[in-house]
Amino acid sequence: MSTLISPRPRSRSDQDWPGYSLLVREPLRLDCGIDFGPFTIAYQTYGTLNPDRSNAILVCHALTGDQYAADPHPLTGKPGWWETMVGPGRVLDTERYFLICPNVLGGCMGTTGPQEIDPASGEPWALSFPVITIRDMVRAQKLLLDHLGIGSLFCVIGGSMGAMQVLEWAASYPDSVFAAVPIAGAGRHSAQNIAFHEVGRQAIMADPDWCGGRYLSLDRKPVRGLAVARMAAHITYLSEAALHRKFGRNLQDRLAVTYGFDADFQVESYLRHQGSTFVDRFDANSYLYITRAMDYFDLAAEHGGSLAGAFKGTRSRFCIISFTSDWLFPTPESREIVHALNAAAANVSFVEIATDNGHDAFLLHEPELFETLNGFLNGCAEHRGLGRHK
Amino acid sequence: MAASGESAALSFGAAARATMAAGAAGELRQDLRLIAEMIEPRSRVLDVGCGDGALLAYLARQKSVDGRGIELSQSGVNACVGHGLSVIQGDADRDLEAYPDGAFDVVVLSQTLQATHRPRQVVEELVRIGRRAIVSFPNFGFWRIRLSLLITGRMPLSHCLAHPWYETPNIHLCTIRDFVALCDEIGVRVDRSVTLDRHGQPYSLDPRGSLANLLAEQGIFVLCGSAGL
Repeated sequence: MSTLISPRPRSRSDQDWPGYSLLVREPLRLDCGIDFGPFTIAYQTYGTLNPDRSNAILVCHALTGDQYAADPHPLTGKPGWWETMVGPGRVLDTERYFLICPNVLGGCMGTTGPQEIDPASGEPWALSFPVITIRDMVRAQKLLLDHLGIGSLFCVIGGSMGAMQVLEWAASYPDSVFAAVPIAGAGRHSAQNIAFHEVGRQAIMADPDWCGGRYLSLDRKPVRGLAVARMAAHITYLSEAALHRKFGRNLQDRLAVTYGFDADFQVESYLRHQGSTFVDRFDANSYLYITRAMDYFDLAAEHGGSLAGAFKGTRSRFCIISFTSDWLFPTPESREIVHALNAAAANVSFVEIATDNGHDAFLLHEPELFETLNGFLNGCAEHRGLGRHK
Repeated sequence: MAASGESAALSFGAAARATMAAGAAGELRQDLRLIAEMIEPRSRVLDVGCGDGALLAYLARQKSVDGRGIELSQSGVNACVGHGLSVIQGDADRDLEAYPDGAFDVVVLSQTLQATHRPRQVVEELVRIGRRAIVSFPNFGFWRIRLSLLITGRMPLSHCLAHPWYETPNIHLCTIRDFVALCDEIGVRVDRSVTLDRHGQPYSLDPRGSLANLLAEQGIFVLCGSAGL
């Protein structure tokens, strides 16, 4: 494998973004059959790799996440998406573990995706970018870890689409995964979830500024379509109870409804804000490609129709976590993974956390989540010879 | 399929004292302590209804057992996983069928059988997935329970059965005789059995005799797994 590290990510921006990037010169065979490359993987690290190289944790981000798990986002300035979890003394303790968080293949924060330039045409890839899968993302991550000289990960952890990558890692590279923590995930994307993604994609494609995907070459941007996609998706990340608790039927900066289509209600204003801020940091075509990768994810289908077959003979230790109010990746999906792991006689823990924060709970302050992960990771660290914490 | 009454009442006094001397079983419930003594070091154990994980933690510490647990209550599961134990949230009625035959050396079901919806199927699953199964349960034939019902005419309460009838999780109570009859009926061989008095001390009584059914407050049965027959 011919690789090269460049000091900072190659990106659409010439800003000095924090983090690293790896240029993979040799083509990667994708699930769609295309040999893709060369390509770049942008990644961020936290903490220090120990001399045994045994304390590495791979953090897998969700659909609209990126490598900045615990850094201010270079475009929005907002805190990293997992700052509740990552840092000195936190669950993913950067004084104890070495964290690697790569931007997924098809992403838009430095890793090669549809907005990067296709060397063949000199134009952004747009829809000529190959359709990628969760397994392709994981294969690319494996190349990165090989390059970093990390043959065995202490842990692979992630929520939502991150959980899909965790499961794919455990199934594809079982000997490289000591512990696996898929949070709020599923062994396959459900029909309902594919349906929601299709709504989002159609919203983007219906925007006249999308221009068949060629908006970057034409100096346009389908901000309305992407914002609607984000608004629709955002509702699925919350719960009815959380929406009611946060907003109820409260009105936005007014005392009475206006008998019009302004954002009378706080919840409307909130969603519009979510949509409009999202378009500043995310590429519409990346959204198409990454949602498609999630849709195609079906771990059982990759293993002869048996989810248990995906984990046959695994020696990894699993901690499956779901949330009571998550209706996007509901607990029965996690329980199916647990049953498959049981059938494979795997070492598995499974906790359902009671919360009304919906699917988004994995990103939020959930003390019971932290306690569960602390206990699980400490137990694993002891078995790994990393010593007991505290 | 052997269904003989080959059961030996054992004295666990010496072993239990030895454990106490090791200094770690002080807080382990007496029936759990006896169960722990029946488990070989370094075996693979599934504790169904593991509560806060006391038995699993003890077995991991004292016997280097590769332990797993299933627990219904979220607080129990979270406590277990928070202490580094491999425990899943689930229940005996629903979550045993995924395990392959003979997956464990020992499957433990302590003080849980009476709370399952389908005890017969649960026992069948236990002996399917374990080379041995250890089942403990409160004996509804215990003389104090019989007497309490006879005299007061109300559902008996005891320290083993502490909930009033309208909110008890114990929906399928049985006597020791009932349990032995069930094992006979489904062709499960009882390897060993221990009956306990109301202080948790083992009796030397044949569990098939009417005396054990009258005097024992709890029974602990070691069942042979069907895979081993």
